[in-house]
Amino acid sequence: MNFKTKLFSYNTVDTPIHWLSGLTKLICFLLLTFAVMFSYDIRVIFAVMFFSVAILQLSKIRFSQIRLMVVYVLIFVVTNAVISFFFSPEEGVKIYGTRHVIVDLYGGYKLTWEQVFYQTTKFFKYLSVIPFGIIFLLTTNPSEFASSLNRIGVNYKAAFAVALTLRYFPDVQREYHVISQAQQARGLELSRKAKFIDRFKNSLLIVIPLIFSSLDRIELISNAMDLRGFSKNKTRTWYTSRGFAFGDYIALVISTLVLLGTIYISVFVNQGRFYNPFI
Amino acid sequence: MNEQVVIEFQNFSFQYFSQAEPTLHHINLKIYRGEKILIVGPSGSGKSTLGHCLNGLIPFSYKGDMYGSLKINGAETRDQTIFELSKMVGTVLQDADGQFVGLTAGEDIAFALENDNIPTSVMHERVKRVAAMVDMQDLLGLPPFELSGGQKQRTSLAGVMIDDVDILLFDEPLANLDPATGKTAIEIINDIQKRSHKTVVIIEHRLEDVLHCNIDRVILVNDGRIIADLNPHELVSSTLLTENGIREPLYVTALKYAGVEVSSEMHPGHITTLKTDVSRKLLASWHNAIDVEIRENTNHTILKMENISFSYDGARPILDAINFDIRAGEMVSIVGRNGAGKSTLSKLLCGFEREDRGIIFYGRENIRGLSIKERAEIIGLVMQNPNQMISKPMIYDEVALGLRLRNFPEEQITLRVEKVLKICGLSPFKDWPISALSYGQKKRVTIASILVLEPKILILDEPTAGQDFRHYTEIMKFLVEINKFGVTIIMITHDMHLMLEYTPRAIVLSGGRIIADTAASVVLTDSRVIKEANLKETSLFQLAQMSGIEDGTRFVQGFIDYERRVKNR
Repeated sequence: MNFKTKLFSYNTVDTPIHWLSGLTKLICFLLLTFAVMFSYDIRVIFAVMFFSVAILQLSKIRFSQIRLMVVYVLIFVVTNAVISFFFSPEEGVKIYGTRHVIVDLYGGYKLTWEQVFYQTTKFFKYLSVIPFGIIFLLTTNPSEFASSLNRIGVNYKAAFAVALTLRYFPDVQREYHVISQAQQARGLELSRKAKFIDRFKNSLLIVIPLIFSSLDRIELISNAMDLRGFSKNKTRTWYTSRGFAFGDYIALVISTLVLLGTIYISVFVNQGRFYNPFI
Repeated sequence: MNEQVVIEFQNFSFQYFSQAEPTLHHINLKIYRGEKILIVGPSGSGKSTLGHCLNGLIPFSYKGDMYGSLKINGAETRDQTIFELSKMVGTVLQDADGQFVGLTAGEDIAFALENDNIPTSVMHERVKRVAAMVDMQDLLGLPPFELSGGQKQRTSLAGVMIDDVDILLFDEPLANLDPATGKTAIEIINDIQKRSHKTVVIIEHRLEDVLHCNIDRVILVNDGRIIADLNPHELVSSTLLTENGIREPLYVTALKYAGVEVSSEMHPGHITTLKTDVSRKLLASWHNAIDVEIRENTNHTILKMENISFSYDGARPILDAINFDIRAGEMVSIVGRNGAGKSTLSKLLCGFEREDRGIIFYGRENIRGLSIKERAEIIGLVMQNPNQMISKPMIYDEVALGLRLRNFPEEQITLRVEKVLKICGLSPFKDWPISALSYGQKKRVTIASILVLEPKILILDEPTAGQDFRHYTEIMKFLVEINKFGVTIIMITHDMHLMLEYTPRAIVLSGGRIIADTAASVVLTDSRVIKEANLKETSLFQLAQMSGIEDGTRFVQGFIDYERRVKNR
């Protein structure tokens, strides 16, 4: 078993994406996300999705690294689609102004082509953003991530908290594991054999020692940080922050063009955020 | 030496807001530029409080009332912030792992510079320069879990030196380090001090280990007062150490047993400076008079590992063909450097992990099929930090937990808990909340909560880590008592004293293999094993060599036997 946490571990492969500075990647991530969020044109969304998958390939991220995240995202997106249909089945009709019923559903719900089109667009909208998020998280050193957050205006204490969490997450995870084993030795049943309410009560027997040992740890860290001048000044610099290289400018230009492109299509082609094939 | 005072306590007292009594009373102390000072004292003596006053954690993080004066470089500390003080006093805390704030060594070293808004390019330059001073220049990109204990210590040291402070303060630098790494840590401090001429203050209770290198003065603190301010030779030859709960160096104890009157003229402060010409005769005749007794345990085998191998990833073996058997009623230590496979071994015994190959026998029974819960009834594990185990607010409930989870009837629980509380000397505290107990008492509670399941074998992970001599003796005496009740005890430890004095047998692991399984006195005098397992030769062996006693191993064994008789164990 490996205690290094897989969900957050960024990989250090040598690719053009890894060469970019954290700040560039953060800005590009925000620009591209905004582009996709702004547009409801499925042609644009497919184009961006194609682009994001290509970048994912380029950054040499293996599917095994992201499987868990992809599963969670799919569950979320599907649930979201089902729920939004039941709360607002006529949304597509309202947007596109026509009504083509496909089939009558149970309880007065009617499925329309407009609704199907609208929800498909939305579904791919989410899916095209996810790869950007994954690329950003997995190719950016967490400290560099923190420094990027700080450089786009997030308070450095908050930004540092992110880096610190990533630093201590494996330690706490390991500690949880150790405590859990020791408590199981004392007779704690964590398997499904125990009733739910017992399992809940039993998990307290692990959490309480974990809290107490984490408190010791927190006291130590905060003393160590105070003694080395953390929070002395209003700003701070970052060891891991990188200057901009040629590649960074290219990435920024491409992302900006994508955003401008989607805005152009919305304003001049579709005359609105939606692409309407029904008229 | 330049006679410039850098630290000056004048009639200084301090009382924490949460305490009824002052922790420091009327401290008067001057420390001069370039001096190397050791502050020793038992737990609760106020030595750490003294350190906190120097680096500004008092009153910044720990509030209280200060009286008198404390000046650093001529300026009152109470008028300064912790940040101003941190530019003069650099502190290396104990637990190099916990204070590692960066994701890599380089980042951790740079932390103080980041907070000072030093531009990134300048920062990289300075980190490289300081890292070279502590030999870390090639490891800057590594994360903490890929660094050894010693490398983390070097990183911490570089992290405070980067500010070019005048004073380096080390708060228990030896805690959590294996013996050889501890020795190296003291050497690094010594080396840095020689090259940079900084003032060094070390706070530690492990006197002998710090005295491995030169120290100008030792300040002995107890009950919040300075008891002595002497050079090591004077202090070691006085009776002050034992009177104040500090363990004196083992070679000094041996000399005293031999009837040698230890005086400061013999330069007994460090084993390397000790003059043995006067003591030779007495030592030799004392040594020859002890008959080394061979106490063989002839009980039946209670625990046996047969050809055990284990690996987490299937590629790199953590344990490789381990064989040993332990007899009922034995007291054994398992030693070796960090990562040698010691804790994995205990995990296999408790069933937390399953061996890839080989068989574990309890008596004659193969225990492979037993669950964690079932194994706990024969093999109990006590973790290092009591906070990792305690999950109930009241002592009684904590001890009863294992039985309640096994659905024992309440009247039987009462019976067993009371019995075990009595054995552990906790009966008077039966109805107390655990929060009211001292660390040593908490340790007892965790041992009691395991003993209540009546295991035949007890595994303890570093039972005495971070404990001063008094608590150490207390815990170990208690374990000897339990051992007399028939419980077999296995201890995983870094403490060479513990191994030498309390466990007749030691199993030494290195790189997943057993490299020695023999008497502790043999292990600690075998230079090959010592080197391979990151142990440290006992000073008794050096004493024997310096005094012309040929069989050093026998001398060490003789010392242990003599001591056992004196202390009537």
